[in-house]
Amino acid sequence: MSGFLAWIEERIPMMRVANMHAIQYPAPRNMNFWYVFGFLATIVLVNQIVTGIWLTMNFEPSAERAFASVEYIMREVDYGWIIRYMHSTGASAFFIVVYMHMFRGMIYGSYQKPRELLWVFGMFIYLALMAEAFMGYVLPWGQMSYWGAQVIVSLFGAIPVIGPDLVIWIQGDYVISGATLNRFFALHVIALPLVIVILVFLHIIALHEVGSNNPDGVAIKHKKGSLPESEKTPYKIHEYYTSKYDIADDVVPFFPHIVLKDLVAFCIFLFGFTYILFFAPEMGGKFLEHPNFEIANQLKTPAHIFPVWYFTPFYAILKAVPDKLMGVLAMFGAIAALFALPWVDRGRVKSWRYRSGLHKANLILFAIVFIFLGYLGGTPQENWKIIASQVATVLYFGFFVALFLYSKNENTKPVPERIPK
Amino acid sequence: MKKLMCFLAFFLPGMAMAAGGNVHLDEAPIDLTDKASLQRGAKLFMNYCLGCHSMQYQRYQRTFKDLGISDELGEQYLQFTGEKVTDYITRAMPEESAAGWFGAAPPDLTLVARVRGEDWIYTYLRSFYKDESRPFGVNNKVFPEVGMPHVLEPLQGIPRETTEEVMVDGEMVERYVGIKSDGTGSMSPDEYDQAVADIVNFLEYTGEPAKLDSHRIGKWVLVFIVVLFVFVYLLKKDYWREVH
Repeated sequence: MSGFLAWIEERIPMMRVANMHAIQYPAPRNMNFWYVFGFLATIVLVNQIVTGIWLTMNFEPSAERAFASVEYIMREVDYGWIIRYMHSTGASAFFIVVYMHMFRGMIYGSYQKPRELLWVFGMFIYLALMAEAFMGYVLPWGQMSYWGAQVIVSLFGAIPVIGPDLVIWIQGDYVISGATLNRFFALHVIALPLVIVILVFLHIIALHEVGSNNPDGVAIKHKKGSLPESEKTPYKIHEYYTSKYDIADDVVPFFPHIVLKDLVAFCIFLFGFTYILFFAPEMGGKFLEHPNFEIANQLKTPAHIFPVWYFTPFYAILKAVPDKLMGVLAMFGAIAALFALPWVDRGRVKSWRYRSGLHKANLILFAIVFIFLGYLGGTPQENWKIIASQVATVLYFGFFVALFLYSKNENTKPVPERIPK
Repeated sequence: MKKLMCFLAFFLPGMAMAAGGNVHLDEAPIDLTDKASLQRGAKLFMNYCLGCHSMQYQRYQRTFKDLGISDELGEQYLQFTGEKVTDYITRAMPEESAAGWFGAAPPDLTLVARVRGEDWIYTYLRSFYKDESRPFGVNNKVFPEVGMPHVLEPLQGIPRETTEEVMVDGEMVERYVGIKSDGTGSMSPDEYDQAVADIVNFLEYTGEPAKLDSHRIGKWVLVFIVVLFVFVYLLKKDYWREVH
């Protein structure tokens, strides 16, 4: 057996990669529950790909058959309903874990030097994920699929000069039609999943190059020769890391220590996930909107059009601006601002544990504003909400402006050299 | 402000379209495990609804099986136009005539419980009232100006709005209190409510035939995850003992 493994290893470096990236990868031992969401996002990605493949076996991407084929999966394909609900619940779960993952990065300063590219790759994943989710929601060809697509695609019409032609080019028709459905299917099942998988790969490679951050924002890799033997980790760490740095006694190997921790979180996550899947797959109309159980009808506009919950914060920003082009710019600006975070934050201290009270307040307010915008974008328009969403939009951007201003000369606490015991 | 309204009007065409009156919805007393109720509901559906509304995503045979009806009995009592038991439950009325007769083609009802909610249907079917100004002589409290006749009238009788006189700001005004049948139907008000509940129960079933399976399987999956959690947690604790 070992001869066989050696034969393989000489030809492809299976064990070397496994050792370098998992078994002997140094992870800070103080990673808390905020650090499980990357693992969970990977699991959900696998879930989406696997269930997606099985759904594709019976889904028919045409305006005539799409809706009926989904019901065929729900009724006549053996356990098709489980596969479909795993996929639809997985879509929302993906955004829940990704939002937690991103907020983790924000509170512990995981986007700061040297992890800027890691953050940017992550933001590209988020962007691709939004496109993927949007196109996936169009496929069942229900009323919200259709009218949601109508709203989102029409945003491109706001672009001066080329807008109207661009919309026709995207739709492949003068209206959202079977042609649109067909190309969205192609993008949803082939193009974007490929992009996402490649970006996730790059995200992980970039992470392992710079190393994992932790709740104290303390480096675990120290300059070669700066640590006495007694302060070096007793665990076997891959020479890729030890040859360049002294690895402090602050780490555990990713496998099995971190993996087991992640698996505990996975069980808790799975409990919630399966509860929704089996007992509340519509999640009160949030994960599967009620009007989407009615087949798309060009002649009948639903009373209220909402995107799915994970887009509603940006939808609220779009609606808050009384000019269509400016609204679209504000919406994309809200995402662009997140891209720029590593350069907006001029602080040198990573974790909010050692940063000013102002910074903590700013982060918490940002989270509240984001959730509030989500509420505003996902409920019927009322007069007070127009003003409220405008205020919330200003506060959203205010987070970045304030951060840029105070981070340069922030009143921070001293950061320990090593992870506190 | 004006600009914003223009923008919204452009952006969300028809957003202002009425969804129906904001009336209080009664809670539908339904139970998916009540096979007798589902069977009665199926019978009422086939007799009173299927003339105009199809149920095109659901097959007769699957329905019979889930409701505990044999294919032979089903064919004899629940299928009227000679379809095969493996056929989808489709209406006999041609598409073009449907739109011509009612203004809009009567919608498919397979998933109506998931679109409207069971309480809405339960209240809707009990909210028709006599209104001579309408083409079919009836209107509806939940769905004003509805283009559907009151097909359950032989069961309910002719429903009329009833009002009472109340004092508001020192003046006597007529206030709407509810709908009351004139008693010409074959059912008492309680029997009618039950019949409507049976129909709603059946529609709830057809909206998601796998729902009961889902609840049954789901319980065991959750139990499995709890057991898995215990083992994973203990294993994790064991590995981390040396770290802390």
